[in-house]
This record gives sequence, structure tokens and C-alpha cells, in this order.
Amino acid sequence: MSILELHNITKKFGSKVALDTIDLTLQPGRIVGLLGTNGSGKTTMIKLINDLLTPDQGTIQIDGKKPGIDTKKIVSYLPERSYLDPGMKVKEVLDFFNDFYADFDMEKAQALLQDFSISLDSRIKTLSKGTREKVQLVLVMSRKAKLFILDEPMAGVDPAARDHILDTILSSYDEKATILISTHLIADVERVLDEVIFLDHGKITRQEEADSLRIRTGKSIDQIFREDFRC
Amino acid sequence: MNNPFSNERPIYLQIVDRIKVKIITKEYRPGDKLPSVREMASLMQVNPNTMQRAFSILESEELVRSHRTSGRYVDLDEEKIAKLRKDLAREQTTAFLGSMEQMGFTMDEILEELEKLREEK
Repeated sequence: MSILELHNITKKFGSKVALDTIDLTLQPGRIVGLLGTNGSGKTTMIKLINDLLTPDQGTIQIDGKKPGIDTKKIVSYLPERSYLDPGMKVKEVLDFFNDFYADFDMEKAQALLQDFSISLDSRIKTLSKGTREKVQLVLVMSRKAKLFILDEPMAGVDPAARDHILDTILSSYDEKATILISTHLIADVERVLDEVIFLDHGKITRQEEADSLRIRTGKSIDQIFREDFRC
Repeated sequence: MNNPFSNERPIYLQIVDRIKVKIITKEYRPGDKLPSVREMASLMQVNPNTMQRAFSILESEELVRSHRTSGRYVDLDEEKIAKLRKDLAREQTTAFLGSMEQMGFTMDEILEELEKLREEK
């Protein structure tokens, strides 16, 4: 059974069409890149899946259920912006997640933080933007969810740390889960992707296995993206 | 990783090539047990699905044999290794000749250049 299904989804903001009659199916056990330029509709799609927006038209099913309280138990979501309370210490945030999510793995979170050399005693407000992003990623990846949705997981970190973040995503990935990663940093991310979705002006223009795209074109996903989206 | 993959070619094929090189250089010997998909994926910093795919190809080329319970083994005799060496040599030289010919060099010119290099060595 598919883990995520969008059927005929349209979302408008006033007269602007953010998503235009989108159909999308994702299978379990895949790492999928949601690729598009700024304003292509990536974050809107992600917010719809997480029940933070409601569609004007169409249906969404996550593991057979409509977005809501039940799906939040199986979807681990990394939003584009930080929602961590700046006054909290890292270990307090861990406790908070541990209380909130039944599938949170405290030991894993602590191990990953140690791996990133982030102290449990630091206060969120004293951390750099990149380090805050790492803390959030650790929180999100430490759940045993069925669907992980990462909205621009590396936007604020330096290139050297991106590989480490990707490896963290890979090493904490359970092969039965699906990870949907939205990004425009394609060259950095493409090596881990099974499948890519190109989103352009609210429409899906490609959905294909990353490797079959490379075989067919002899090009990297990044090159294809640059050609498709050349203005 | 010190030796990253290129993004232009399917990564599973690049993994297959790397493992083949490890076999002909005897880093992996006949009968050796290979790391699990997970271990190997994390070693090579790739998605486990990609690793799985690379292993399937090695199995279909009968370079690796999978035992249901105990894992994967390098499954080659000397004859197969010799053939693998030849295949890889053919692949590399064909690619080299292709790019030389694209630049307009004739086979004689290429051979001459190679001879010069041999003398210099």
C-alpha cells in the first residue's frame, strides 16, 4: 500500500494558484526529493500533508488516513522555520519530544546530538542557526515514524556540514519508512535520492527514479533541474 | 567521503565498479563475506536501496552469491577474476579511446603517445 496519496489537489491563495490539480503517490521505503524553485509550491504541499493548510479541492491520504491527529503519530515533520522555544535547554526539548511522541527514541536522539557535538545543557537561544537546524533534524529523525517530511533540512548549514546531515538522515533511516525531502540544494542531496519529483508553478513536471533519469539523459539531477527551470 | 560519487552516472553502477575493482585487486577474496546492505551503505554513504540494487547486479553477474541466512559472499574462481580483469580493462580503454578519437587522434597517434609514455616510465 502507498504511504502517501494526493489526488486532484488544488490550493489557492487569493487568486494565486499554489498547487494545481496535483496527483502524487509515494511508496514505502523510499527517499524522495521534492525539487522546485522558490515559490513552486513545495512548502504548500508539505503543509497540506501536515494538516496545517486545507486544500480547496482534492483528497490526501497518509497510510490510508486523512491528515489529522492520527496521521501526526506516523508523520515526523521538519518545518522550514524553527519552532523551538529559545529559552529551553536542549535536554528540555528532548524531554518535551519524549512526552509528546510515543515513537520518540531518546537514546538515539542523545547519540545523534553527541555525534554533532551539541551539548544537552545549551540553551536554544545560544545556538547558531545551523546548530538549531541540527537539533531539529535530530528531534525529527529520532522518531520511528512511517513518513518523514523534511522541508529544506539544510538551508541554514554550511556546505561542509551538509554531508554530515545527509549521513545522519541515511543512518537513522529505517528502510520501511519513506522520507520526502524538499530542497533546492540538489547537487548536495541527489546522491541519496531514490526518486525525484519536480514541482514547477504548482504542477508536477517530473516524477521518476533518480537513476533511470541519469541513465536516460547521462546527466545529473542538478543539471536536468537547471535545464528544466532555466528562466 | 574522500572519493565521492559522480552525480552523472547511476550510483549503483559506480558501486558495482568499485566492488569489482576491490575484487580484482584482491581486497575482497573469493569466499570472503561481504558486509550487510546496511553496513555497506553506511560505509559508502549511500541510500540502502541503492546498495541493495548494486548487490543485485553483482549477484546477477554471478560475482557475489547470497545465502539466505548467512549473508553475501564473493563467489569467484581465478578464471572468473581473470575475465573480470579483462572486462574492466576493455571498458576503461574503450572509454579512453572514445575520448581520444573525439579529439581527432588516430589510433597510430594514440599508440605512439602510449609508447612514448612507456619509454619515459
